[in-house]
Amino acid sequence: MPNARYEVSLVKCDLCDAEATVHETQIVNGQVRVRRLCERHAAELGLTGVGSEPVSGAGSTVVLSMNKPGTTLRCGSCGLSYAAFRQNGLLGCSNCYEVFEDKLTPLIERAHQGGTHHIGKTPVRMLAAAQGGDVQAVERVLGSARERAERIALLRKQLEDALANEQYERAATLRDELRRSEAEEAGPEGEPA
Amino acid sequence: MNTGGLGPSGGGNAPGDVRNGGVDPDSGRASDVVVSSRVRLARNLAGFRFPNRAPASERTAVVVKLKPIVLGARLSAQTEWVDLTSTTPMHRMSLVEERLISRHHAMGKAGEPMHGRAVAIGLPDRRLSIMINEEDHLRLQAIRPGFDLSGVVEEIEHADDAIEQKADYAFSPRFGYLSACPTNVGTGVRLSVMLHLPALKITRELEKVKRAADDLGLTVRGSYGEGTEATGDFYQISNQTTIGKSEAVLLREMESEIIPSVIAYERTARERLIKGGRRGMEDQAWRAVGLLLHARLLSTEEATKMLSRIRLGIALGLIPGLRLPLIQQLLIASQPAHIQMAIGQELTQEQRREARAALLRSKLGEAFATKRPPSRLIRPGSAEAKPEPPVGPSNRPVKRPPEPGQPGPGNGDNR
Repeated sequence: MPNARYEVSLVKCDLCDAEATVHETQIVNGQVRVRRLCERHAAELGLTGVGSEPVSGAGSTVVLSMNKPGTTLRCGSCGLSYAAFRQNGLLGCSNCYEVFEDKLTPLIERAHQGGTHHIGKTPVRMLAAAQGGDVQAVERVLGSARERAERIALLRKQLEDALANEQYERAATLRDELRRSEAEEAGPEGEPA
Repeated sequence: MNTGGLGPSGGGNAPGDVRNGGVDPDSGRASDVVVSSRVRLARNLAGFRFPNRAPASERTAVVVKLKPIVLGARLSAQTEWVDLTSTTPMHRMSLVEERLISRHHAMGKAGEPMHGRAVAIGLPDRRLSIMINEEDHLRLQAIRPGFDLSGVVEEIEHADDAIEQKADYAFSPRFGYLSACPTNVGTGVRLSVMLHLPALKITRELEKVKRAADDLGLTVRGSYGEGTEATGDFYQISNQTTIGKSEAVLLREMESEIIPSVIAYERTARERLIKGGRRGMEDQAWRAVGLLLHARLLSTEEATKMLSRIRLGIALGLIPGLRLPLIQQLLIASQPAHIQMAIGQELTQEQRREARAALLRSKLGEAFATKRPPSRLIRPGSAEAKPEPPVGPSNRPVKRPPEPGQPGPGNGDNR
């Protein structure tokens, strides 16, 4: 999964002395390349503007973020600023979840009784396709090995809590859920990831 | 004691027994308390901005992509596709009243474009609806009468999988199904049960239910969702948590743990009310019948309140001859847009009141004239073990035949 990490800092553009407001992280064949560009140069290189999408190509992934100096984080894909999100409560696109991940996590945690990681259904066709594919395909659907292990640990904890509270029906449901996750983890070849 | 509200069929069902057939086989399980069960899923397409951020062209592109997928999935015997941009506000509001689309989808928030908004409705039963370009690209909803969350979940899962066969959903392993609002992220599942809780309202125990619900991560709202009043003591209880718990656990919590206790709580309160004054309860229910059989002007609010009292009366076995499905039908038919759709034109508020009163007079009159067995006229609640004093004048209004020549909703002589 493309992983976006952003720091707000006053850095000069790689191509001029203006302040860099666009930080581009490009991963090409496992090599990370970072470019810092001012608004003008980013626009000239076609990296900004409403409607610019994260680009995925063979062997490369480009992730964008735009940080206006001294202001707020902005999604490079739909142009939504974090401030605008706080104002109307709606995100603009899927990429917003990556760009604003660190800030969204505590909000989501508060709104969902502490829940921060998805447990449950995975798109059926997407999962079937991933299980026939490589490690990356699996990770795009089920997450990294660490995320998958965390999910299983979380389910075990929920199961223990249900048993401790004598919520047996819930415990049975959780046990099924755990088995399903462990089966997914084993993959179609039965190999633990 | 069996209050009768636990069903004419039932003697001795425990208050929390949701297998109880309720009071009417056509109203689903536990229909003495549960009006309907509903589930909705929030889904978005990968590669498109969420509707609030997408320009008109992109919203249109979402419709163009989804329309053949939704129609091709054959989710119902037939599917009606409604392009909301080309419908009248009245038509859209009637869909809101039927709970097939949200108020937000019908009207949009201030300044928001209507562009690309549509809804697919499953026919003939109108229990499945799929909103396109609401807050999310897709909002799938299934609704059924009575307490049947498993049923609606099964139906919606099927619809979800069928659509996903042809559409790439926006999904992340960390956050699950991505939604425009982070309050829906994860499973995207909102389970809602519409409950009729008049006894808990009367006994002032509703606040306890609300607090308990809040502690469990649920919300209690008025019947038409966010920000709406609970006219007629109809309340909607829904889960708020959508991430960190699987669909199965959310369903388990609502279906086996929370809702049954609310049902039991309401039934116990009803029993106490009946014990404390059966005659008074009967009087309230029949007064409501009397009012609707004779009123000439009725606001939506008054109609809803009276229908609510009648509903309670039927559930308690105090009004033989009327059935719950009719009351549910009338609750919707007496809403403003439905009244106008039935007449076929826009009406002023005064005209609506008149048409509403006429509709209710005629429908209730018909029901009493055709469906009421004479033996039950004489002794309401005769199945009850408790002997009743002779029938008083409170029962008389129902013996009246409907007034001849009463204007119906469609004949237009109300103005």
